[in-house]
Amino acid sequence: MTVLLKNVRPYGEDAVDLLVKDGVVAAIGADLSSTAQTIDATGLIALPGLVDLHTHLREPGREDTETVLTGSRAAALGGYTAVHAMANTDPVADTAGVVEQVWRLGQQAGLVDVVPVGAVTVGLGGTQLAELGAMADSAATVRVFSDDGKCVSDPALMRRALEYVKALDGVVAQHAEEPRLTVGAQMHEGDRSARLGLTGWPAVAEEAIIARDVLLAEHVGARLHVCHVSTAGSVELIRWAKSRGVQVTAEVTPHHLLLTDAQAEGYDATFKVNPPLRTAEDVAALRAGLADGTIDAVATDHAPHAGEDKECEWAAARPGMLGLEQALSVVVDTMVDTGLLTWREVADRMSVRPAEIGRLTHQGRPIAVGEPANLVLLDPTARAVVDPAALASKSRNSPYAGRELPARVVHTLLRGELSVLDGKVQK
Amino acid sequence: MKRHLLEAADLDRADATLVLDTAAQIESALAGREVKKLPTLRGRTVVNLFFEDSTRTRISFELAAKRLSADVINFSAKGSSVSKGESLKDTALTLEAMGADGIVVRHGASGAPHRLATWVAGSVVNAGDGTHEHPTQALLDAYTIRRRLGRLEGVRVVITGDVLHSRVARSNVWLLHTLGAEVTLVAPPTLLPVGVGSWPVTVSYDLDAVLPAADVVMMLRVQGERMNASFFPSAREYSRRYGLDAERMARLSDDAIVMHPGPMNRGMEIAADVADSPRSTIVEQVGNGVSVRMAVLYLLLGGPA
Ligand SMILES: [Zn+2]
Repeated sequence: MTVLLKNVRPYGEDAVDLLVKDGVVAAIGADLSSTAQTIDATGLIALPGLVDLHTHLREPGREDTETVLTGSRAAALGGYTAVHAMANTDPVADTAGVVEQVWRLGQQAGLVDVVPVGAVTVGLGGTQLAELGAMADSAATVRVFSDDGKCVSDPALMRRALEYVKALDGVVAQHAEEPRLTVGAQMHEGDRSARLGLTGWPAVAEEAIIARDVLLAEHVGARLHVCHVSTAGSVELIRWAKSRGVQVTAEVTPHHLLLTDAQAEGYDATFKVNPPLRTAEDVAALRAGLADGTIDAVATDHAPHAGEDKECEWAAARPGMLGLEQALSVVVDTMVDTGLLTWREVADRMSVRPAEIGRLTHQGRPIAVGEPANLVLLDPTARAVVDPAALASKSRNSPYAGRELPARVVHTLLRGELSVLDGKVQK
Repeated sequence: MKRHLLEAADLDRADATLVLDTAAQIESALAGREVKKLPTLRGRTVVNLFFEDSTRTRISFELAAKRLSADVINFSAKGSSVSKGESLKDTALTLEAMGADGIVVRHGASGAPHRLATWVAGSVVNAGDGTHEHPTQALLDAYTIRRRLGRLEGVRVVITGDVLHSRVARSNVWLLHTLGAEVTLVAPPTLLPVGVGSWPVTVSYDLDAVLPAADVVMMLRVQGERMNASFFPSAREYSRRYGLDAERMARLSDDAIVMHPGPMNRGMEIAADVADSPRSTIVEQVGNGVSVRMAVLYLLLGGPA
């Protein structure tokens, strides 16, 4: 397929024409002409296709809430060209068989590269290492391992996991939550939890695990990735660890960049998430950490849930929020419109760094001749009110319902093919 | 008044005072009557929706509704205190279809009455939700204090015990503050919420130090399972440091009163002779509870049908 993108602004810079041919960027220049399909991209900004390190696709096991196909659609509409599918499915993605199944479903959907994450421990049980090597060697070529949803809390087992994945060029992505400090936890522990009578999830439960894990990573010389960092103290710890040369990377979710624990007022469980929404001070620290590179990446933690799992008592509700379709808009709202990130830095935090962390060689590449044509084209001037009923995800648990957000993904290209054209998914 | 009574924190001074004054009026209207019944809520339906066992609270609300001539339906959904899935919403929609004008809800999950209130057209009264609030308990406590001491403004109230898990304490903190009382919370630090510093209260770990200045000592129930979870070392140590016995009671000023929301652990947080002493308002609180709940139902549902 050949596509000519007219007057597009790579990284928000000067407008050029971009010729995409055979899956790569074939030419960049002024006034290119071609007999191919021509798209007027005047005013649109091009970034490398976004890469998500943290997506819950729910297949196998909870196909009523999301499938690899519906999640792929949501991802493409959000401007993503690759997503890492978390391992806490049913059955758990802890064998070569399950990760290959998910990978193949992603290939069939054909809208984004679905990159399976392998579980660190058998059944996410936290006691025995899963066959990490078999998953790494499988067709899914797993490089990111995570028990996400649960913390690998046993320090000896965490040490072994970090050591073992070194041989696989892999990384352990930790859901940092000391489980003994979060028994019954429902929301951020602080003024609001005290008043609302909801058991608190203290910041120290995250920070204690991060502190331990960066010391372990340093000790064994392995790569550690910290999932969904949510507190100011965590940002400080990661900054300190990086200054010591520890091989640690970290991600923050769009919802932790925008929302606070004030959303728990009224007990609408749409806003129940793990780790919980924190305070305004934490949000400020997360934004600053993402801006200065302490936090490497934005990852959605896209977590679809059925209506009955959210329209109930807060304590009974499952934690998690949708994220894929609004992630870029939230980043524009919180980081670009506030002057904290340039478009080139957005590309770095949402594409380049996540691809590097996940060892995806064909994603997160610069917009340049000869490079893979994985691209997102967005309209930075558009604004829209989020309507959950209009989302491509099978679930409706969007924390942005009714909120006006900036920027709209107009086109997405995966290896030169339009997965999204004019805001409409192509499969 | 707002349409619902979900938390004491919602009540401003005028509304809270209105409830207390209305309770007093109802009480004097019924005093000396042979048939303790007013026709006010005739034709109205009140549902007692109890997801958690509490015979005392349910009977108090039932009596209050019946004395106002309302039709009362008791709906017990025990065993689903934190119910999964659709049940709370389904129940709400069922009650809605039955035309419930008022729903009195007790639930093990904090915020359940708030959710319910978004799904029904009738008024919702929170009869205790998780570790959040129990607003009518606070109203009856305030009513009791005002009757005994003649005022609430400037009254020094010491609330002692498991504040962390107590909806009674939460409701009392906000209501008493709204009504001008000064609240001191006393507990071991393990039984105080982390955010307590932002509450309009003084916090102390030392019961003996605060007793001489108190006008009211409100003892909270301490649950045995807190001991197993190491919130404090042993029942004996707790009782020694935070229990109210005759010796401690003797440090109180002459007209100070002792309160307890019940049910009591006699010998744990309160000694039997203290509970039964003339200073104790424990039995009185139960009777005042009916008047205050009548006032709440009357104010929420008493308008034109
Ligand atoms: Zn997680």
